[in-house]
Amino acid sequence: MEPGRLQYSWISSAESTKFVDVVKQVTAAIKELGPNQTFLKTKAKVA
Amino acid sequence: MLSYIDKIKEISSRLLKDGTVDMIIGFRRGTMPMMNEPHFAKTAEDVDQLVWDSNCGLNLANYLTNRTEKIGIIAKGCDSRNIVTHIIENKIKREQLTVIGVPCKGMIDKRKINAMFDGEITQVTENGGTIVVTGEGFKKKLEKDAVLQQNCRLCIHRNPVIYDELVAEQVEEQQDIDRYEDIRKIEALSPKEKESYFDELFSACIRCYACRNACPLCYCPTCFVDESRPQWVGKSQDLSDVKTFHFLRAYHCAGRCTDCGSCERVCPVGINMRILTRKLEKDSFELFGWEAGLSLDVRPPLDTYKPDDPDDFIK
Ligand code: SF4
Ligand code: SF4
Repeated sequence: MEPGRLQYSWISSAESTKFVDVVKQVTAAIKELGPNQTFLKTKAKVA
Repeated sequence: MLSYIDKIKEISSRLLKDGTVDMIIGFRRGTMPMMNEPHFAKTAEDVDQLVWDSNCGLNLANYLTNRTEKIGIIAKGCDSRNIVTHIIENKIKREQLTVIGVPCKGMIDKRKINAMFDGEITQVTENGGTIVVTGEGFKKKLEKDAVLQQNCRLCIHRNPVIYDELVAEQVEEQQDIDRYEDIRKIEALSPKEKESYFDELFSACIRCYACRNACPLCYCPTCFVDESRPQWVGKSQDLSDVKTFHFLRAYHCAGRCTDCGSCERVCPVGINMRILTRKLEKDSFELFGWEAGLSLDVRPPLDTYKPDDPDDFIK
């Protein structure tokens, strides 16, 4: 997995603004990375 | 190491005779060369079958899980560390055990030796540091040090960490060993390169789960790979499923694995899945100063919290 696709944050239930900021930031970062290309399952080969 | 066996037999008969233990867990000769198998000795005849040589690489702590008998167990350095882990994880009680410690000089790599010869090997004997391999039309002497299993070559805890009896003088521990040269190389790869490295590493895996079954840490009543409600991981041979199995299993062994090498030893296709467990071993050491199974009195990093636990990955 490339760096940045998995992120951890510690947000208290009282920190609503931090929650919003983190969600925005994570969404932007992941959009930039684009869809995941690793750990994809290929379709089974059938006759 | 051959000389150990008389002492092992003497201790075993004594413990069985005076009722200290109900059984001795050790090794007996297997049906093929270099394939000693676990042996549960309960009678004098059973004790006669016990063997000790450089083919005792399996980890006997694997056979202690949830046992209720009084057991004498023969333990190399790594077995003893897994016995400690079993005790602190409440899989066996210290009082049940009489640990017969074996200062170890390493086990030989049957795969490496098999690869050196074309024909079938019919006999492997040893004398001190020399291994003699005999087969159809060949007989060759090898230096034991040149054919050690990789985990034994890198081992820095050859002497048992707990024991009640010791079969010989302690051996000198190997010094200045760089345990993680290969791991650092993989760490330095880019995510793409890592992906192809792991695809290649696990491409031959047939998911027989021998590696898991030989592992003393993998004692879960239902392993996540066998669970079907919910099904955590796909059952296919697709590499994404195969890698999910291996990566997750490695994480389940984090901070517990002693690199005894049983998993790699039993793999029918010779996959070095220890690459994963050793990466986590390296992390446990670098982040928590932890080496598994060295003490009965310290809790492992994954079941304790310390205010100074590393947390830079949390934003
Ligand atoms: S023992 Fe080898 S082939 Fe079997 S599941 Fe483990 S890695 Fe795969
Ligand atoms: S891989 Fe995990 S779930 Fe399976 S037996 Fe081992 S520790 Fe348990």
